Parts: sequence; C-alpha cells; structure tokens
Amino acid sequence: MLDPIRIRNDFPIFRRMIDGKEIIYLDNAATTQKPYQVVEAIKDYYENFNSNVHRGIYRLSEESTDMYERARKNISEFIGSRDPRSLVFVRNTTEALNLVASSLGKSLASGDEILLTEMEHHSNIVPWQFLKDKGVKVQFARINENGTLSIEDFKSKINQKTKIVSVTHVSNVLGTINDVKELGKIAHENGSLYVVDGAQSVPHMPIDVTDIDCDFFAFSGHKMLGPMGIGGLYGKIDLLENMPPYMGGGDMISSVTKEGATWNSVPHKFEAGTPNVADAVGLSAAVDYLRKIGMDEIRKHEMDLILYALQEEHYIEGLRSFGPKSIHIRAGVYSFNIGDIPAFNLEKEMEQSGVKISRDAIHPHDVASLINGEGISIRSGHHCAMPLMDKLNVQATARASFYLYNTREEVDKFFIGLNDAIMRFRQ
Amino acid sequence: MSEDLAYEVLMDHYRNPHNYGSVKDFTHGITEYNPICGDTVHIEMHISNGIIDEIKFMGRGCSISQASASILTETVKGMPAAEAAAITDQDYLLKLGVSLGPAREKCALLSLNAMRKSLSAGGSSDGQ
Repeated sequence: MLDPIRIRNDFPIFRRMIDGKEIIYLDNAATTQKPYQVVEAIKDYYENFNSNVHRGIYRLSEESTDMYERARKNISEFIGSRDPRSLVFVRNTTEALNLVASSLGKSLASGDEILLTEMEHHSNIVPWQFLKDKGVKVQFARINENGTLSIEDFKSKINQKTKIVSVTHVSNVLGTINDVKELGKIAHENGSLYVVDGAQSVPHMPIDVTDIDCDFFAFSGHKMLGPMGIGGLYGKIDLLENMPPYMGGGDMISSVTKEGATWNSVPHKFEAGTPNVADAVGLSAAVDYLRKIGMDEIRKHEMDLILYALQEEHYIEGLRSFGPKSIHIRAGVYSFNIGDIPAFNLEKEMEQSGVKISRDAIHPHDVASLINGEGISIRSGHHCAMPLMDKLNVQATARASFYLYNTREEVDKFFIGLNDAIMRFRQ
Repeated sequence: MSEDLAYEVLMDHYRNPHNYGSVKDFTHGITEYNPICGDTVHIEMHISNGIIDEIKFMGRGCSISQASASILTETVKGMPAAEAAAITDQDYLLKLGVSLGPAREKCALLSLNAMRKSLSAGGSSDGQ
C-alpha cells in the first residue's frame, strides 16, 4: 500500500504553514506539488551541466544533449511508447494540442469535420475551432446525465467527413474516465485520426499509448509532479514524419537557404529553438518518482479517496456533486456545488424579473474563498470547460482534486471545513 | 467602518440587492463578465444632461461581485457621469472597506469596470 504520510515528507511545500495551518492542497487537477527529487534534478542540471543541446561539440553540450535525450526515452517509456522519437517535447498539453491541430489542419479542407466531446477542456476545443476559417466543422459528442460519454451520440456524429477525433482521457471537471481504447477503435474503423488529451490521466493511472493505439497523445509535466513549462506530445512515427512543422527556427531544420528550408528528423522537426532541457530532466525525475511508487498504487489510492468523498458527501446539506458515481470509471476529481446557481441569461432574467435563487445556494467562489480560511486549497470557476458548464446549466463549480499525497483525513477536514463555511455563510 | 461591519454590509447587499433589474429607456447598457470565473453583471443607465439619473443591474456571480454591483448603483445614482467615470479602482475598494486578495479584487471591480467601459463608449446600441 502507498503511504501518503511518508510521501509527504518528500514535498518541501507541506512543511509550510499558512496562517498557522497546515496546507491541505486539493487542486491537483490544476497543478501538483513537487518532490525534492524533482527540484534537485533541475538544480543539478543548472549547477553542473547547463549548456545548449544538439549544437556544441564540447563536453558540457554533449552531456546536456545526452541528459535531454535520456529524459525523452524515460518519459516516452513511461507512457508506453516503443520509440523515443515519438515523443515531442512541448510546454504543456495546450501546446501539444495546438501543434497537432495546426499541423494536421493544414491538410484539411472545407466540409471536413472534427469530432470532440462535451467534456473537453478549452485546450482541446479552441485549437480545433481555429480551423473553422477553412470551413472545417467542429462537432461535439454529448454526455449522459451521469457524466459519462454517450457512445451512441459519439457513433452518430462520426461519419465519412470526420477526419480527426480528439477526446479527453479523463475529464478535469467530472473525473470521468473515457474508454479511450474503444473510442479509438471506432475512430480508426471510420478512417479518422485519433487524438487523446491525457493531461488528467498520465499523472494518475498506468498509461500505455501503444495499447490505446491512439495516433497522438498529449500531456503536461506539471500535473504529474514535474516542473511547469514541460510536457509531451506522443505521435506515431509515420504520422509525425509526414506532418508539416508547427514552428520554424533553429534545431528544427536540416538546411536553410535564402529560398527555403528542409526539415530535421522527428522529433526535432517539431522542437524549434532552444528546448527546455532542465525541465525535461526534472520531468524525467518525476517519472522515476512515480514509477517507484507505482502507477497502479497511485490509482488505487485515488480510488479510495474518491470513494470516501462520495460516501461522506451525504453529510453536507444541499451539496450536489457531478460525475459518475462508479469509482471504476472515475478519477480523483470531485466537482460540486452548494445549491443551484444557474448561468446568467439576460433574456431569462428579464422575462422572470430576476431568476429566483435559493437563499441556501452558495456561489462556488464563495465556497472556495471561505474554505481557504481553513487552509484548504480548492478550485472554483468554469475550469476551462465552459461548454460543459453550459451543459450542466451551472455558471461554475467548486472542485477538489486528489493526488498521491492526499489522505482520507484531509478529505474529512475538507468536508468539515465545507460544513463550517456553509454555516458561516448562512449566518 | 470596521472590516466585520463592512463584510456584513456586503453580504446584505448580496442577499438583498438594491437597484436590481432593468431601466426603461436606458441610454447606456453593457454586459461584462470575468473570463476567469464567469461572474457576470449587466448594467443599464439612463443619463440625461450628463447626470446618471437611473442605474440598475442584473447579474450572477459570487457574493463580492454581486454585492459590489449593488453598492455601485447606490454610489453613482444621481452623480455626474464624468465624476462616476473618474472613480478609481483604489477609491472603490476603499469604499467597500473589506480587504480582498488580488483574485477577489477582480470580482469587486467587475461592475465598476463595466460602468466605466459603458460611459467611455458613450450611448450604447443596447439601449433605446
């Protein structure tokens, strides 16, 4: 069994007190804390190896290049890729998805369709919407009442025109774990390319991109104990080789003349400019850390925490939580509201001369703000998923999200803090 | 005013907003929302001879964003538009009298920003 108390000792930030209270950090879907092993790896790189990669023929540059490429291999293996060249380093999931949308988008034509789902993060919506200028249509597969994806609707919206299917592995709001292997089969049978947003899955469960058989897979380092500013895009080699580059500059070229340029090999073709070597090394250390604890163990631990949250939530009056109740298809993301506060709609407001909102309802920002007073960090807002908020008919939600260093005791404190906050607000 | 009292005033405005609704024949109208959190305020004003003689709001959001909109309508009603437009963020936060973190200051300033924007845009096409 994973021991969160021992794990916490590796995270310097948990030694900090805020207003005399220990930090209860429950915003792991936004970003995660960093163990000292990761911080040390970055420090070690800058103190002992810093130099530019793929350029110098001197010792430091050779070592730096070697560290960068070893990090690539390590992280690539961690997600089940068989070939390190399949992993392009990017800043984060957002950049990975922009890269894919922009590069693949060049070969799309008017009338082509992209199929997404209603539970996507803005980073898996907006880059595709950029292609609307070309006449490309963006479709959304619906979600069911219980927060799962409607496979029927997904199947009904995929057709001959659907060139790309892009879905999130885990919803950052609902915690829903999509059956990405099954969706991939449907996409491939249809002849569509298949992209998976793994931002919320790679940190929390074992991932094997080869088994999923996705064409592309995007993820962020900072959500998996790694530093901010580094992430990955996995792509099948033959696809990456045939795609046009995303950004131009140094390192991505093979040769440049006044008339034009030819491209470097994959993955360098997609890594223009000096890369983020130190953070790649840091992310590699994070991967070592996660591997040592075991991704199966982490998943089990988070299943326990979400199970516990779903049991304890009944004690909070007026609480409504979102997402599937079955922990087998649910990650450690817990979105909720206290009472119903529907989204603002001017026409409705005018018609009804003021939409009546229950006095017991508390806006999620107020919930997050009040609970902050107890030293508990949760998120409130639309979580960069505004179409999903519309679907749920809420303006925003509050969200607690768990990771390997969280405990059942913290879930208790969260609910106690929530209860106190509600009492104070209603005073 | 003590901070506790200021907070109570705020909560009272949240629970019982003043000047909530629509202004008949408004000359200035605007809907603003905070893209970070989705808090929304819609403000309608009737301005004649440079005076804001009527102002109402509608909206949805956290207690701070909605209470501060209610307080704003009270503050600027009857005021010359030029004077209302000159209210600074600092002035207004001081008037609210509660210390807010930087994130929630944005909630408190949503309605003020909306009003200023509407005033500087001149008469709005949203109006009659």
